[in-house]
Amino acid sequence: MIMENRKKILMKLFISTLYLSAFTFGGGYVIVTLMKKKFVDEYHWIEENEMLDLVAIAQSAPGPIAVNGAIVVGYKLAGMTGVVTAIIGTIIPPFLIISLISVCYNAFRDNFIVSQMLSGMQAGVGAVIASVTYEMGAGIVHGKNGVSMCIMAAAFIASCVFHVNVVFVVIACGLIGALRTLAAERRVKS
Amino acid sequence: MIYLQLFLSFLQIGMFSFGGGYAAMPLIQGQVVTAHNWLTMEEFTDLITISQMTPGPIAVNSATFVGTKIAGTGGALAATLGCILPSCIIVTCIAKLYLKYRNLALLQGILNSLRPAVVALIASAGISILITAFWGSQAEIAFADTNWLLVLIFVVCVVLLQKFKMNPIWVMVLAGVIKTVVSLVVSVF
Repeated sequence: MIMENRKKILMKLFISTLYLSAFTFGGGYVIVTLMKKKFVDEYHWIEENEMLDLVAIAQSAPGPIAVNGAIVVGYKLAGMTGVVTAIIGTIIPPFLIISLISVCYNAFRDNFIVSQMLSGMQAGVGAVIASVTYEMGAGIVHGKNGVSMCIMAAAFIASCVFHVNVVFVVIACGLIGALRTLAAERRVKS
Repeated sequence: MIYLQLFLSFLQIGMFSFGGGYAAMPLIQGQVVTAHNWLTMEEFTDLITISQMTPGPIAVNSATFVGTKIAGTGGALAATLGCILPSCIIVTCIAKLYLKYRNLALLQGILNSLRPAVVALIASAGISILITAFWGSQAEIAFADTNWLLVLIFVVCVVLLQKFKMNPIWVMVLAGVIKTVVSLVVSVF
């Protein structure tokens, strides 16, 4: 009886992650919201509060948020088997779509219309990134936190002017964050 | 050997990209364009454009795209596996600890300090994409070589996004259409 139930859960988990991954445009933040809708509101498999913390884990751990979201939900529902099921469901759609596109890419790129399209879209994607960065940066500045603003300025100079490897910038800022949190906790305790 | 190289490069991308969405972009650029020359800056920009228009995380899309280009389907599998392996290990461990202790303060503290850095890194990668769009892939930036049509399209797109809150995918398609139409008109006359 329990085995039957587990198989059904894994099947449903696989179909849900496959479906969400194939039809979600707009990145990780959108997909974890849809996961919450599906697993909390529709299936009632996970409690709301617990799901919010799982989403926080998916967003703060390294790696693609959609994959991380699939991992936390899969782990919560069915342990390691769940993790593998959810990951495979999430990976299949982008893998197939991009494989197909990359095979055609070279032939496409030489076509006049396609190359003009892509060239115009380079300016478009640049504008999208500029707009996203502006909004995220404005959020940091409005936070009025001196340390955060210093980190942002220092990271920008390190990367854009001195071409410091991104990995080192990430490690350094992560360490600063860990030290800040530990220091704050010690202050609360004493 | 190339499989191992793809695997290790995308392992780094998976391990050090925090914050989702565009956060992986500077790391992918560092590995794929700067360190290994697997893609030109132009191809990299096309890849980001394609990623925007198809479902799936940028990191997974890039792993599949670069892997296929360099070493076929085997390469795509090696790169994709590298890109998700750190997540599998790290996220499962954190989920396990969370379900046991229910304390996320340290993790969120780290993320709070990473967020401003990630914004800065995305800005930096965005600037290289714009430089490629406006001046092409050559190393030197000369004022006379500026592609003013693309600068104009960029400005129009920013206005559409910021002022009119238009959907980013439509803005990008529109940018492509404007460039195509203008080039066709120019080539006719």
